[in-house]
Order: sequence, then structure tokens, then C-alpha cells
Amino acid sequence: MFKSFSHFLQSDLVYNFTRSRVAVGSAVVALLIIAASMLAPVLSPQNPFDLMSLDIMESNLPPAWESGGDPKFLLGTDDQGRDMLSATLYGLRISLIIGVLSVALSLLVGVTLGLVSGYLGGIVDTLIMRVADVQLSFPAILIALIVDGAFRILLDKEMHDRAAIYVIILAIAASGWVQYARTVRSCVLSEKGKEYVEAARIIGLGPVLIMVRHILPNVMGPVFVVATLHIAMAIIIEATLSFLGLGLPPTTPSLGTLIRTGNEYLFSGDWWITIFPGAALMIFSLSVNLFGDWLRDAMNPKLL
Amino acid sequence: MLLDISNLTVKYPSRHGEFTALKDVTLTLEAGEILGLVGESGAGKSTVGNAVIGLLAKPGFVDHGRITLTGQQLVGRPEPEMELLRGARVGMIFQDPMTSLNPLETVGWQLCETIMLHKHCTRRAARTHAIDMMESVGIRDAGERFDHYPHQFSGGMRQRVVIALAICGDPDVIIADEPTTALDVSVQSTILDLLRTICRERGVGMILVTHDMGVIAEVADRVAVMYRGEVVEVGKTREILTAPQHKYTQSLISAVPRADVKIERFPLISYIEDAGTPDLARLKARWTKPKGAQSDIALSVRDMSVEFITQRAWTGRKSKVFRAVQSVSFDIPRGTTLGIVGESGSGKSTIARTIAGIYQPAEGEVTLNGMSLTKASTRDAKLRRRDLQMIFQDPYSSLNARMRVQQIIAEPILFQKGRAARDEAMRTADDLLDIVGLGGAAGRKFPHEFSGGQRQRISIARALATGANFIICDEPTSALDVSIQAQLLNLLKDLQQELGLTLLFISHDLPVVRQMCDRVCVMKKGVIVEQQETEQLFASPQHAYSQQLLALAPKLLR
Repeated sequence: MFKSFSHFLQSDLVYNFTRSRVAVGSAVVALLIIAASMLAPVLSPQNPFDLMSLDIMESNLPPAWESGGDPKFLLGTDDQGRDMLSATLYGLRISLIIGVLSVALSLLVGVTLGLVSGYLGGIVDTLIMRVADVQLSFPAILIALIVDGAFRILLDKEMHDRAAIYVIILAIAASGWVQYARTVRSCVLSEKGKEYVEAARIIGLGPVLIMVRHILPNVMGPVFVVATLHIAMAIIIEATLSFLGLGLPPTTPSLGTLIRTGNEYLFSGDWWITIFPGAALMIFSLSVNLFGDWLRDAMNPKLL
Repeated sequence: MLLDISNLTVKYPSRHGEFTALKDVTLTLEAGEILGLVGESGAGKSTVGNAVIGLLAKPGFVDHGRITLTGQQLVGRPEPEMELLRGARVGMIFQDPMTSLNPLETVGWQLCETIMLHKHCTRRAARTHAIDMMESVGIRDAGERFDHYPHQFSGGMRQRVVIALAICGDPDVIIADEPTTALDVSVQSTILDLLRTICRERGVGMILVTHDMGVIAEVADRVAVMYRGEVVEVGKTREILTAPQHKYTQSLISAVPRADVKIERFPLISYIEDAGTPDLARLKARWTKPKGAQSDIALSVRDMSVEFITQRAWTGRKSKVFRAVQSVSFDIPRGTTLGIVGESGSGKSTIARTIAGIYQPAEGEVTLNGMSLTKASTRDAKLRRRDLQMIFQDPYSSLNARMRVQQIIAEPILFQKGRAARDEAMRTADDLLDIVGLGGAAGRKFPHEFSGGQRQRISIARALATGANFIICDEPTSALDVSIQAQLLNLLKDLQQELGLTLLFISHDLPVVRQMCDRVCVMKKGVIVEQQETEQLFASPQHAYSQQLLALAPKLLR
């Protein structure tokens, strides 16, 4: 294990990484944001979920450096008197969790279907790929809306609020798996013809073993690239849904929810409520995207 | 003196320090002369050509040394001046005529463009000149073919167009980088004749870069032998071929398989790559296993045909099928080698893959060790095929890049004996690596850490892992340099002798087949046209196609 890690450190990928300023910069920014959001309970001065600690008298305070600001609330407060810094950190955390989990779910589904479809071919391939084509003809947001709407009808309001985070993960995953399936399928098609796969068949290995042990490790490179770019995408979709009021309830605000509540106050001059979560969203997705772009170029400029 | 290269040193900086691709290379070229530049992959022969034309791949650079073309120094000349020289003074012919022409422009236009650039003439004049050029390189109906696109030409004709492109600026020097490697043997000789005529008639000096001693023997006046970035020997072609002085040249020439005589083992090949010798005593002690009473015929194929569906229709009957193999029959007696030769597309590899069970035959029967593979349930056929393994052509794609070598070799053992045999399998893998001359420590590495020849050794070890006694070799050496090929063929012969292996050896290379096989099948378009004892086939081929193939095979000395 340790040896393969030191192998990794000596690889061309890591070498190219250390030589690319954009890659290092974006990775550092993204990691800082991830660390800050994961350490939200430690870093943030207030627990924004604890309604008892909020004081309505302290609502809509501007950031500390503006006149009328309170040094207790560095980035100001929202309409319920929540500290914006804490709210943004917690919001980031929820957004990140949703992003990672939905990417993991669509990766799992997409890679499996792509692998099976590419390796078996024939009618299985046709079926899976036609479903993917249909899926692809809907915009991601629309699919997420449909899934979310369906659950809204099935569950009552309170149940839905509690289940909101899972619903949204499912909704984003449902729209995301196609990309993985297509990428993996095209890689499998080119790997399948290679002689090491024939060698495995001559040894007598069955299709499942060949797929999992031989082909899968060789097609994962592009999958990681897709996944990196998809994380930023998923977080933006989540923010969009929440902004439209279809995502998380205001009691457990994600970035999108924060931006939406802030949006209502934007024209009354209370810009900080929407700008800070918005900036956090933008910086994070930008740095992840920059890193993903670099990764794509570094791993295989011909793919994707 | 036309071209004078002295002390040329080219370096490539990389993260692991500077790599010296050329080290003090000194060469001269006279007008009308063909200088052959021969060596194995990585010897730096193409780098010489690229340095002359000023197109070194980045980040390579000329560290020191001079390249003088009729008194003009080329090294360090600014790029715009080099652009004027390219084509006008130095022409270039590339290896692959499929990719060195622009597929979107007509052949005539590509010629005119070059002529107009160098001669500053009108379009009409350029057209006349271009048609002249096409005629002079032997393209018939040049006026008509002028407006054709590259895909309308055959490979050989395309290479003629590339040659016309190279000479249409009237260069003093032409650099031909493996000009015939991508062509069939029959086309190769006509192209080489053309190159020779051009040099003689136009007084052009040519540097002919190649790995093929046969090509050198055919056209070069002088030869420079390169080894790891250095010129180890320069001299008249005949002298180098008959009485090489340098150790490397000697071993290189002795490694070229000969079509005229069969030799036991290739001698003198240890100079090139340190691979170690197989430990035959150990091999015998551990690996020879009595295999019970078995028939004398290891593999028998009866009237086997293989079909591929080229166009699938809704009803099965209307599908268009292509018969890749047309009722072939042969027997391979135990412990002998059967060769299958033929051009690409003749169905050789299809036979191999059908026997190995990757394709299903449309009709016919295959019997391995007296047991039918075709008239058995899938399960039984799979079990019976355990005595059969295969070595593939491409050493780079035949090993899974994500597995360690030890895992790769142990996999078939684990699959047959189950997880419990893990320790035994690992030990066997190390042992096998020792036997094929890589050393047991090689097992901890990944395939990409090995050269092509070493990877083929790993493939052989994998094939032997389950104690298979019938091995299909599908062009096992065609991707390798001759010296590595010689080592590998020696290894295969050693293993066959010690283990009594039966081999099915597929190749397009007649000299290699002569060295390896007891019997040979000559294939053309899916049919075996002649089946004969090797010695007899090479002495007196019966079928017209075998005669043609033999006549075209490159000969080292005439």
C-alpha cells in the first residue's frame, strides 16, 4: 500500500501537477474550502441550525466593517439574525455532501451500466444506451424537478423536509449517470479489443471477472475526470434547485437556499446575505472546474 | 562533399535529467549517394534526420556539433531561414504514406502548392511541372490522377506521391525515414528501385533511415550502424554486411533470420540487451510433467471455416457474411512446430483465435490432445482448452497495465486451483520469471517498466504458468527489433526442446518461419494454398503464390 503510494508520488501525473500553477492553485483553494466546510462546527462562531441562539433583534446587520456592523458577525446577519459566516460554512458543508454523494451514486450506476453495456454489447447495449439517450434529451434540471416533484406528492411536507437531502441527491444522480455510462462504454469498447482481454479469455476467466478485474481498472482514468467536473456541476444544480425553492428548507440552509433568501433583500440594500454564499459557490465551483480541466488534459487529451 | 555532419550531439532534457539522443555523430554524404542509417529502435537514427531538417521534437536541442550543407552551416539557423531550406534544399520522405498526405486536398494540389512555394511560378506552370513529377516517379495517367484524392491511391502509389513531393523542390539531400516499412514486400522493392534511380539521375544524396538490414543490402552504397546514439561503424555496404568489425554490428547481423539456411540457434546475440539466460536445468526438474497416455497428434483441425457477419439483417438468413477462413485442415504432431504464413488479411490470426476459443467456427472440427473442442459443451471445451495458451503480437497491449507482473502470471494458476493455492502460485510465478530470464524480482514491477522484448518474455511465462503444452504464437516477434527477436526465438526453441511443447507459429516473415517451423502452411485469402515440410517448401515451392512470396523475401546478400 505504502509502496504503491510512493509510486503514485513519482508518477508523471504528480510531476505535471507540481509544475502547473493553475492546477496547484485551484487544488489548494478547493481543499481549503473543503476543509473549512468540514470543520464548520469548529470554525463558525454560531450554530445557525440552533434556532434558540438566534436573536431576531440582530437581523439584517451589515458586515463588521460597514457602519452599523457588529464585530460579533464578521459577514453580517440574515433576516433571522443568523451569522452569515457560520451560515455560509454550514451551507457549503451541506452543498458539498450533496455534491459528493450524488456524484458517487451516479458514478456507481453509470460505471456499472457502461461496463456491462460495453462488454456485453448486443441487445443489452442497445437497451441501456437508448435509455441513456432518452435521459440525455431532458435537461438535468428538469429531471431533478421531476424527481423532486414526485417525492413532494408522495411525502407530506414534514416528511419531505426531512427527506429533502436524499431526494435531492437522488434527483441529481438520476440526471448525471448518463455521462459516466457513455464515457465508460466507449473506453470499454476500445479496451475490449486489446490482447490482454483475449489473454484473460483464453485463461478461461468469465465475463464478470474480466470486467471487474481487467477492464474496470483500465477505464477508471477518464471516470475520475468526469467525476471531478461533475462535483462542481452537482453543487450548482443543487444550488439552482434550492434557489427555486425545490431543494432544502430554510431551516437547514444549503448555499442555494441562502442565496434565495438573500435575493429577496438584495434590492433593499442588504447585499451581504446573498453575495457571500454566492461568492463561496462561485469560487469553489471555479476552482474544482479548473482542477478538473487540468486533470482532463493531463490524463488524456484525446478523451472527452 | 554535399552534407557534412560532425560531432553532432542532441540532448533531450527531462525530469530525470538530460538524455543524450545523439553523441558526437559524424557522417558525410556525397551527391548521388545513398547512405543507409541502420540501428534498432531508440538508437537515434531518426533523430539524425530530424536534426538535419531542423525539426527536432521538443524539447530536444543540438548541444554541439555542426551540420554543413554544401558549405552552409545549418545548426543554429533561425527558423524562417530553415523554412526556406526545407523542401528546396532538403526533402523528406516519411514512413507512413497513409498519414503524410492531407486527405482533404487532391494529390495534384498538394504538389502544386509545394512547387509554387519553392519556384514562385504560376499555377499553370506548377501544374505542368507537377504532372511531370508524377510521371517521373512512375504514376501512370498522371494528368488524370492529378485531381484524385490520396484515398484513391494504393499504399505504394501514395508513397510515390510522397516521393514526388520530396523531389519537386529539387533538393540536394533527401532524408527517407523508413520509407518502405509500412508497405508490403512486393511494393517495397519497386519503391526502393525508384529511390535508387532518383539518386542516380538527379545527383541527390539520400540518407535512408531503416531498421531493416534487407533494405540496406538492396539500395545503400554505404552504411552507418548506430547504437545508443552513437555511430559505431561506417563503411561500404558489402564490407559491413560480410565482415563487420564492431561487436554490435556483428551481433546485429547474426540476429537477422536467414531465408536460405536453417540454423539451430541465433549466435552472438548477447550484446544487445541484458536479459539473462533461461535456467534450463531448473526448468527440466520442475516443469516437465508426464501427461499420461495421449495421442501423437497434439492438435488436429478438420475442414474448419470461420465466418463473420459484416452486415446484420433482421432475419438471420439475409445477413451478409464474410468467410475469413475457408475449410482448412492440418495436424500438428506433438512436440513440433507448424507455421502459418500469409499476408495481412489472409486469415492467419483468425485460425489462431478460433482454436483458442475466442471465435466460434462455422463448421469443421478442432481436436486438442485427442479430445474434440467443437463437439463438446462450452464447459468441457473450456476445461479441455486448459492445455492451450497463446502469446500475442503486441507486447504493449497483451499485458494488463494495472496489474503487477507476478499477479499477471499467477492469475491463470489461481483461476484453475482456487485462492488456496496463492502462495504456490506466487512462487511459481517467480520461478517462471527466472526461467524466462527476467529474474524473480521482476514480479514486483508493473508491465510498463519493461521493454517490448521483456514483456514478450512475461507473456511466455504466463502461457507456461498452467503447464500448458500447446502454445499458439501469433506474430510474437513482429513488433520487436531483430536482436530481441533472435533472443526470443532462441528462448522459444529452448523451451520447446526441454518441455516438449507443441507450437502453432503464425508469422508474415518467411525467414523467421524457416528458422522456427517443421511444417508450414501458406495461406491466401482464407485458404491454405500449400502445406509442406519447411525445408521442402523453401527448396521447391509448388504453388505460384508461395513462389512469389519466396522471391520477394528480402535477402541479406546476393
